[in-house]
Amino acid sequence: MMNNLIILPIILPAMIGAILVFFSKSQQIQRFISVIAMTAILIASIWLAIDVYNNGMRVIALGDWPIPYGIPLVADMFATVMVLLSAVIGVCCLFFAFRTIHPDRERFYFYPFYFFLIAGVNGTFLTGDLFNLFVFFEVTLLASYILIVHGSTAFQLRESFKYLAINVFSSMFFLVGIAYIYAATGTLNIADIGRRVAELEQDGVLNVIAVVLLFVFATKGALFPLYFWLPKSYTGPPAAISALFVGLLTKVGIYAIIRVFTVIFHHDLSFTHHFILVLAGLTMLFGVLGAVAQYDFKGILAYHSVSQVGYMVMGLGIFSPLALAGAIYFMVHHSIVKAALFLFSGVAEKITGSTDIRNMGGLLKTHPAFSWLFFITAMSLAGIPPLAGFFGKFSLIVPGLEETHYVVVAVSLFVGLLTLFSMMKIFSHSFWGRQKHSSTQANIKTGGLLITIAPLVVLTIVMGLAAEPIFFYLLDVAHEILDPSIYIESVLGE
Amino acid sequence: MELLMSVVVGVFFMVGTYLLMTRSLIRVVIGINLLSHATHLLLLTMAGLKTGAPPLLNRGETEFSDPLPQALILTAIVISFGITAFTLVLAYRTYKVNKTDDLDQLRGSHDE
Repeated sequence: MMNNLIILPIILPAMIGAILVFFSKSQQIQRFISVIAMTAILIASIWLAIDVYNNGMRVIALGDWPIPYGIPLVADMFATVMVLLSAVIGVCCLFFAFRTIHPDRERFYFYPFYFFLIAGVNGTFLTGDLFNLFVFFEVTLLASYILIVHGSTAFQLRESFKYLAINVFSSMFFLVGIAYIYAATGTLNIADIGRRVAELEQDGVLNVIAVVLLFVFATKGALFPLYFWLPKSYTGPPAAISALFVGLLTKVGIYAIIRVFTVIFHHDLSFTHHFILVLAGLTMLFGVLGAVAQYDFKGILAYHSVSQVGYMVMGLGIFSPLALAGAIYFMVHHSIVKAALFLFSGVAEKITGSTDIRNMGGLLKTHPAFSWLFFITAMSLAGIPPLAGFFGKFSLIVPGLEETHYVVVAVSLFVGLLTLFSMMKIFSHSFWGRQKHSSTQANIKTGGLLITIAPLVVLTIVMGLAAEPIFFYLLDVAHEILDPSIYIESVLGE
Repeated sequence: MELLMSVVVGVFFMVGTYLLMTRSLIRVVIGINLLSHATHLLLLTMAGLKTGAPPLLNRGETEFSDPLPQALILTAIVISFGITAFTLVLAYRTYKVNKTDDLDQLRGSHDE
């Protein structure tokens, strides 16, 4: 009975999304249902996380098919952390959307696709089958194609076509990878693949498959050199959608990389994980250089999320318990902070009517609460103690030095400096200086918007102050990830 | 037979990739479609073509074909059907709003 809890975070949003289609014309009913549903998802995710922490991994065989043949849902601690994260981001973006999304968009199925996206994201976190992972990727992506083009401005249409083309291309390669894996191992259950790969010894063919899958997930997760689609497609849609995407979509790719490269391909570390480490360094560097060159509020943030993806993958490349714990901490931290920053860009756009920071100025004088909340979040992103970003980077750099990966550590420190620089660029352009918005714009009330972002800001402060207990928990998670036999044995029931 | 199928898949991939890199929107859509056909064929070929009887029990057969790839392909076809439908609509809307189907002109400029 308790095992059925796993399916709630997937089936709730999927069903609610379908129900909401029928109420597309009534704003009130849609909002009412979505608030209740999102709260229910949040409660289910918290419950699942606590349950898995206390009682260990939970596995459910869908349709009661015996496990290597049927599709299992697997909730280990890593998955539950991610599901909880998606619920938190989902709640905040939903409330922000209530106040910013144009009523026309609400009438054109904004909420149904919002929930389908969440269903897809939770599905990718919880599934234990490689083909099922592909299906949930597609659910997520199809919802994201629609949300990204929602509103159909010329800019959005142009950029989303490219977004779609590159993602469909990489999805095809995912299928190719699945076909190869099926030919090589004869199974699609992730745990079962892990066991067979261990027996086969990872070389030749399996390394090729590893690179094909890395290519796929790197495209979805925006790693160097496959990040070029991200900045423009994330600047097109309204802030609530951009925030949801940056909080969840790229994390799906990184989650899949970590899952696949810890359970299945962990036998040839000097090849795969070294490769990943190089990619991580390049991703950080090129992402942040892109951000330095930008003057668009959202553009800077979007390029930054590329560079931050590098940090998460760096944790996997280093492959020690602390580094993986740091990578997961960084994923959580980054989702929260970057979602908050994208929502702040929406607030700034609402006040000044622009996203170009050269057209902004003097926000500190007219909107002090907004400015200081932004400042805290930006400092957290840049990694100033005692905020969460500092501990995220610290826990990656320390194991990086211990394992003597000096180059990537140096790159990450340099990137941290440039991150601080570009956050200060936003702050000095838009918040300091001469007031560039009119006095009527100066009187725009932002309290209602800020209340929806405040939980995220509080979370980043709490994550920083309570870093120690959080890291004890995450080290447990990392140990579980680093010992794939735990995952394999609990799924296959041996 | 598997070898022939591999060559066919390769040709499909080649043509699909070529079309994907052309400038016309509709050619890109066709390219995406061809790529998906190629992957479906690849899935089928990878499990080995017709290695035994249909997987139905109690009919006196001992060797069975693997039914899983066909189930995978069915799912993949349904997904790619949905994606193709959406892509066509999106391509049409992009053409209508931006008044061009040339991806070079859809590159976008800095001053917006």
